[in-house]
Amino acid sequence: MSKFNEEQLKEFSRLVARYPEGKQKSALLPVLHLAQDSFGGWLSAETMDYVAALLHISPIEVYEVATFYSMYNLKPIGKHLFEVCQTGPCMINGSDDIIDYIGTKLGIKPGETTTDGMFTLKTVECLGACGYAPMMQLGKHYREHLTKEKVDAIIDECRKNAATNN
Amino acid sequence: MGVKLLLEKANVPGIRFFETYRKEGGYHAVEKALKQMDPAAIVEEVKKSGLRGRGGAGFPAGMKWSFIAKPEGVPRHLVCNADESEPGTFKDRYLMEFLPHLLIEGLIISSFALGSNDTYIYIRGEYAWIVDILEQAIDEAKANGFLGKNILGTGFDCNIYVQRGAGAYICGEETALIESLEGKRGNPRIKPPFPAIEGLWKRPTVVNNVETLAAVVPIINMGGDEYAKIGVGRSTGTKLISACGNINKPGVYEIDMTISVEEFIYSDEYCGGIANGKRLKACIPGGSSVPILPANLLLKTAKGETRLMNYESLSDGGFATGSMMGSGGFIVLDEDQCIVKNTYTLARFYRHESCGQCSPCREGTGWMEKILKNIDTGKGKMSDIDLLWDIQRKIEGNTICPLGDAAAWPVAAAIRHFRDEFEWHVKHPEEAQKRNYGLAHYADPIHVPA
Repeated sequence: MSKFNEEQLKEFSRLVARYPEGKQKSALLPVLHLAQDSFGGWLSAETMDYVAALLHISPIEVYEVATFYSMYNLKPIGKHLFEVCQTGPCMINGSDDIIDYIGTKLGIKPGETTTDGMFTLKTVECLGACGYAPMMQLGKHYREHLTKEKVDAIIDECRKNAATNN
Repeated sequence: MGVKLLLEKANVPGIRFFETYRKEGGYHAVEKALKQMDPAAIVEEVKKSGLRGRGGAGFPAGMKWSFIAKPEGVPRHLVCNADESEPGTFKDRYLMEFLPHLLIEGLIISSFALGSNDTYIYIRGEYAWIVDILEQAIDEAKANGFLGKNILGTGFDCNIYVQRGAGAYICGEETALIESLEGKRGNPRIKPPFPAIEGLWKRPTVVNNVETLAAVVPIINMGGDEYAKIGVGRSTGTKLISACGNINKPGVYEIDMTISVEEFIYSDEYCGGIANGKRLKACIPGGSSVPILPANLLLKTAKGETRLMNYESLSDGGFATGSMMGSGGFIVLDEDQCIVKNTYTLARFYRHESCGQCSPCREGTGWMEKILKNIDTGKGKMSDIDLLWDIQRKIEGNTICPLGDAAAWPVAAAIRHFRDEFEWHVKHPEEAQKRNYGLAHYADPIHVPA
């Protein structure tokens, strides 16, 4: 089972220290982000139990939170997660076409991962980039004013990064 | 050019960093507030300013502050609501990304006024890179003696922490936000007790929007009375508007609330007109929850008066012929946009974001989404339109928090003003898959292309 390394434990302690004594449960959302980033981009039941033990809360308190918030992935995802916004303002600016284009190009539907484990496509609701639509979140950052050409370039960029990292 | 109180320095290179911000006059308001004023005097200035909550509800900020309970020995907390998630709204993001120190400065003053020694910024989880920007600004402020222990030798201690959410629109509702900050699901609480009495960890808490707290800086610098002179009526000061949709210049604009909707859409200083030479069909002027208005009711009120970009004028006529200022998320739809499809995507959004606590919202948002999808894809029945109307009426006012209303209003307004377009979709299901209904009678009557 995976556990936080020293550096991750230091970040864990920094997060917990922000709340009064006995209110360490408040750190649950940030700690789940830390766990997801540390253990392959998703939260397994084992990971959630580990977080529960670290925070001295019961596992159910972690499960109910992990299943409520849309940013926690409850099953494995690809190396690169494309989260494409589909709400009103993005729809007006052609997000449907962008979602179709990515799906066709990668051979997957929203919610699916490519067989090589490289890409996951997910449709999401409004991310607060309505003036720069259409858009998607990739990792920590937004990619905005998407066009088919830009999508091509992003996919190439991800593939290149993967090649250099291996 | 209108008055700029918040974004005046947004384009100064390096304004994101303490040194430049300070050189440009930053943190002067903190010095003034902490050294020359007491907490009660600060609350009084904010009351005098007439500042209204910029998150969407428009509740007077000074009054909200005055409700905070002060039981002996119980810590109080200020929480900054940076969970900006209302479709069409991206103004707080802009403020935090480009002027982080303006928010930090407003937070220090407001924390002093409310007696909060530990203040939290709850930011939507997707704004991950902004967390770094804010934490850097906090570190810089601390290194320069504006945060931490004994700020500026006044004996006031204050720390600010940034808490990331994890993807839930509902956490923009203040009691859901508090639940989330306590490490729970974002289920809104039943009120009373209000957060001012029992909030974070059952302690007295004030939750304010990013823009509201940033506006405290100019209010302290210029005085509440001077701030109140800007704008009109009960719409004092300036407001950030995030404009998007089919316009030439989408982006974030600071307006004093005296300009007309027409000027805002068509002037080059703001939206720069409708993109691609098209005509204006409709607009959602205050974030996706507020009623959509057809162009003819948007530019002029039902009484034929010019509609202005402020709280009173945008709501003139009530929901029958008006809308709301809301969060300032200004979504413009041109003649090629389909009202049914637009309403469907918003209904899907609210179904996705309903926390599931109250049956009318949990069930009703799902029903509305399904029915709208059917109409949009040519499978609708004429009776569906009345059914939609019936469902939205049964959601509105019947839920613990305003998400139910927020889901009901867009559907109600779309049917109220664009019923003929819904009927056309039902009567001509095949044609509706090939072309849009167009402008019909609700086109902009003022700007007619030659």
